[in-house]
Amino acid sequence: MRKCNVFLVCMVIALMGVVLMVVHSSVLKASEKVRRDARGDWVAKLGLSDLCLFTDARYTRHPVMADVHTPFQDYPLAFEHFPSGSIIGVPPHLRGERSW
Amino acid sequence: MRWFEKQKNILDFTLSALWRRKGKNITLVSVYAFVVFLVASVVFLTGAVKGEAERVLVEAPDMMVQRLVAGRHDYIPLSYMKTIGDIRGVQNVKSRLWGYYFDQTNSANYTLMVNDELDIQPGSILIGSGVARNLLVKETGSLPFRTYDGSYVFMKIERVLDEALDLVAADLILLNGGDFRRIFLTPEGQATDLVLKVKNPREMPTIARKIVALLPDTRPILREEILRTYDAVFEWRGGLSILVLSGAFLAFLILAWDKATGLSAEERREIGILKGIGWETSDILQLKFWEGVAVSFTAFLAGLLLAYVHVFFTPAVLFEPAIKGWSVLYPRFQLTPHLSVYHVSTLFFLTVVPYTVSTILPSWRAASIDPDIVMRA
Repeated sequence: MRKCNVFLVCMVIALMGVVLMVVHSSVLKASEKVRRDARGDWVAKLGLSDLCLFTDARYTRHPVMADVHTPFQDYPLAFEHFPSGSIIGVPPHLRGERSW
Repeated sequence: MRWFEKQKNILDFTLSALWRRKGKNITLVSVYAFVVFLVASVVFLTGAVKGEAERVLVEAPDMMVQRLVAGRHDYIPLSYMKTIGDIRGVQNVKSRLWGYYFDQTNSANYTLMVNDELDIQPGSILIGSGVARNLLVKETGSLPFRTYDGSYVFMKIERVLDEALDLVAADLILLNGGDFRRIFLTPEGQATDLVLKVKNPREMPTIARKIVALLPDTRPILREEILRTYDAVFEWRGGLSILVLSGAFLAFLILAWDKATGLSAEERREIGILKGIGWETSDILQLKFWEGVAVSFTAFLAGLLLAYVHVFFTPAVLFEPAIKGWSVLYPRFQLTPHLSVYHVSTLFFLTVVPYTVSTILPSWRAASIDPDIVMRA
């Protein structure tokens, strides 16, 4: 088999992989709907304001509720005490970008 | 058809030329694919978290009101509820009791929260599955809490919340209001913060301004700001993401720069010979175009697919140490992909196009001069 044909077949397979990726994401999105709705119900029921992604520092557990004077939370590239504080940026409303 | 056959022949020749320097080219494709993999993983991960926040936190309270004392949160008096409730447009005001508890037995931080709707009996708790996974006293069915006066209370675990709720409730412990006040010695008539329901969402900015005017020591946070927070904190062009991405892009820049600044003596000689045996300049440019496409497109597709598997099947195992940080409780969540044409096309244009262009340019310079000079050089 010619090299170009082998290459083109590989590319077609990889492109089919990308199509499968898109299909998989849509299927997962649909199948996750029930679980996501359950999460939404609990958010409404408990009045939650944040996702539980980091539990090490209070300003990364609840970035929305954080106050301006939390240590080390000065700007995105500041020296951070908690590793998770380096991953997330400062919420816009703490930088004075209020929506009201 | 003839054009197609010609392109296939050129592609054949290109692949043979690449295969002659297979050690170098396989390394190149691997490094290139790894750069794309890193960038795509960050983009997929942040996109999925942002997507989840957008879909789930849309159910968050319309507005929250905190009280600030000397720049930090403090308990808010329940008397503020009357003042806020009297503002036109406010449908109802509820108080929330919640706080953080550090469990010394397993060094984990919990979020303790009171919910009256769930009718939790005094002495009982509902725990998130993240809390349950880390409990050392699982078998006894009760959890000791050291209260703020130094005494201990034992709370019976009534139920463990479903693992599907991990993304919002992995570290939650839900309990009765009386038990909460007993643990934290919260005075009666005080709450952690207030949540509001507003009749017309368009009135929220006006209501927020009125609250601050009436109660200057408070800080309202609107639902729109909650959504904007997750939009901004997981922005793939900000925070730590930009550090990972800038490292990857610098590596890629060096790669492209090396290509763009010139060809190796062997490549120049090859171009000279091809021109000597009758290849046109346009044929050589097509040859180099296919070379660029073969390398960059292969690396792009491999990096993209591996990143998808990494983020949504493993889930993001390479980033886990960075994301986990010092957290003892780590939610086990299955992220839902949030693919967008914008993300994939940005990755494509930032990786494939510059490399392909930087391959063609030096070849055009070499192909446009006399083959005799190129071969003798």
